[in-house]
Amino acid sequence: MDKGLLEVRDLECVRGDKQLFSGLSFSLEAGSLLHVHGPNGSGKTTLLRAIAGLVLQESGEICWNGEQTSRQKDEFNRELLYLGHHYGLKFELTGYENLKVFANLSGSDVSEAEVEQALQRFGLAHCVELPVKLLSQGQKRRVALARLLLQSSKLWILDEPFVALDVAAVGLLLDVIRAHVADGGMVILTTHQEVEVEVGSLQHLHLGQMQPGQMSSGLTTGLQ
Amino acid sequence: MFATLRCIVMRDLTLAMRHRSDVLTTVFFFIIVVSLFPLGVGPEKQLLKEMAAGVVWVAALLASMLSLTRLFADDYHDGTLEQLLMVPQPLSLIVLGKVLAHWLISGVPLVLMSPLLGLQFGLEGDELIMLVVTLLLGTPVLSLIGAIGAALTLGLRGGGVLVSLLVLPLYIPVLIFGAGAVTASAAGMGADGHLSLMGAILLLALILAPWASAAALRISVE
Repeated sequence: MDKGLLEVRDLECVRGDKQLFSGLSFSLEAGSLLHVHGPNGSGKTTLLRAIAGLVLQESGEICWNGEQTSRQKDEFNRELLYLGHHYGLKFELTGYENLKVFANLSGSDVSEAEVEQALQRFGLAHCVELPVKLLSQGQKRRVALARLLLQSSKLWILDEPFVALDVAAVGLLLDVIRAHVADGGMVILTTHQEVEVEVGSLQHLHLGQMQPGQMSSGLTTGLQ
Repeated sequence: MFATLRCIVMRDLTLAMRHRSDVLTTVFFFIIVVSLFPLGVGPEKQLLKEMAAGVVWVAALLASMLSLTRLFADDYHDGTLEQLLMVPQPLSLIVLGKVLAHWLISGVPLVLMSPLLGLQFGLEGDELIMLVVTLLLGTPVLSLIGAIGAALTLGLRGGGVLVSLLVLPLYIPVLIFGAGAVTASAAGMGADGHLSLMGAILLLALILAPWASAAALRISVE
C-alpha cells in the first residue's frame, strides 16, 4: 500500500471577492498531523474543503502521491475521509443505517458487528436502533465520528471535530486520532477548543492576517 | 457499480418510507388535478375523451415537479450531499441512483394510478393501455431532466419556482409525444412512431442527464 503524501503548492483560495490566503504551501507525510489555526473567517474551512475537492481553488496545486487530486478523484476519495460542520447524517435513519450506507459506498465491506462495535466504542451502544434525529447534538457528532473507525481511509480531514463533545468523547477522539497517526495515517484538523493534540509528528499552520493589510500564513513543524 | 446503485436506491427508498406523507402528497396532487377537469369542463363524454391524454400528462408533469425540489435539497442541507460527492465512485452513478429512487417514489405511483383516472375520462381498452405505456416511458425522462434543474437550483432562494421555469420547457417533447401517442391510438392510427421517439428521448436522457446533473451538483455545493 502506498504510504501517502499530500502536497499543497502555492494554493490560493478566494470566497466572493475576498482573498482568504495565497501562496500557501505545505506537505504532509504519512504518520503526521496538521493542526490548522486561525481566527474566524481566516479560511480554515475553505482550506480543508479545497483539499477535499469540495471547493475549487483559485490557483495552485493539491497533489496526492505526486499527482493532482482533481485528476485522480476516485483514487484520492478512497483515501479521504472528510467530516465537516454538518454531520453528514440522515436524521431519519438510525446510526447503524447511516454508517452502513457510507461504509458500503466507500467500498469497505463491513459486517453488522463491526458497525455496532464502532458505535459502541463511541458510547452509543444503546442507541443503535434509534433514528439519529432523536439523539443529542453530541451523540450525533459521535455517530458521525464513528465513521473514522469503519473506513480504511488514509487521510482524515476533520473540521472542528470536538464541537459538542463531552470530555470523555474528546479524550476518546484524541485516542482514535493518535492511533491513526501512529498507524501511518494522516490527519488535518481545526479546532478552537483548547485541546492538546500530541502525536508523533505534529505541524501547525497559522492562517489569517498577521499584519494589517498583508495576508500571510506561517507553518511551524514540531517533533514531540 | 451495481452495488453502489443499489445502495443509493435503497437508502432513498428507506428515507421515503419514513416520510410517507411526501410520497402521498405527490400522488394525491396528481389524482386531484386530473379529477378537477371533468368537474370543471362538464360531463360531455366526447370532449373529455379528447382531452384525457393531455390532462393526465400535464398533471403528471406538475406532480413530478412537486417532489423535484427535494431531490437533492435534503441531502444538501444535512451535509450528506457533500459526503456523497467524496465517495470513490463516479458522481453520475450516484445521481442515477437518486433519480431512479425518485422515479420509483414519484413516477411509478402515477403510472399505476393513470388507468383509473383514464376511466374518469371515458378512455377504454387500448387507449388506457397506451396511456400507461407512454407514462411508463415518459415519467423516467421527467425525473432525469428534472434532476438537472434540481441540481442547478440547489441552495438558491426560491429554487422551487426556478426549477419549474427551467425544467417545464424541457418537458415539452415528452408531453407532445406522450399525449400524442394516446390521441393517435384513440383515432385508430398507429402510435409506434410516437413510442419510438419517446424511447429515444429516454435513452438520450439516461445517458446525458446524470452526467449533466453531476456537473451541476459540483458547482452548487461549492
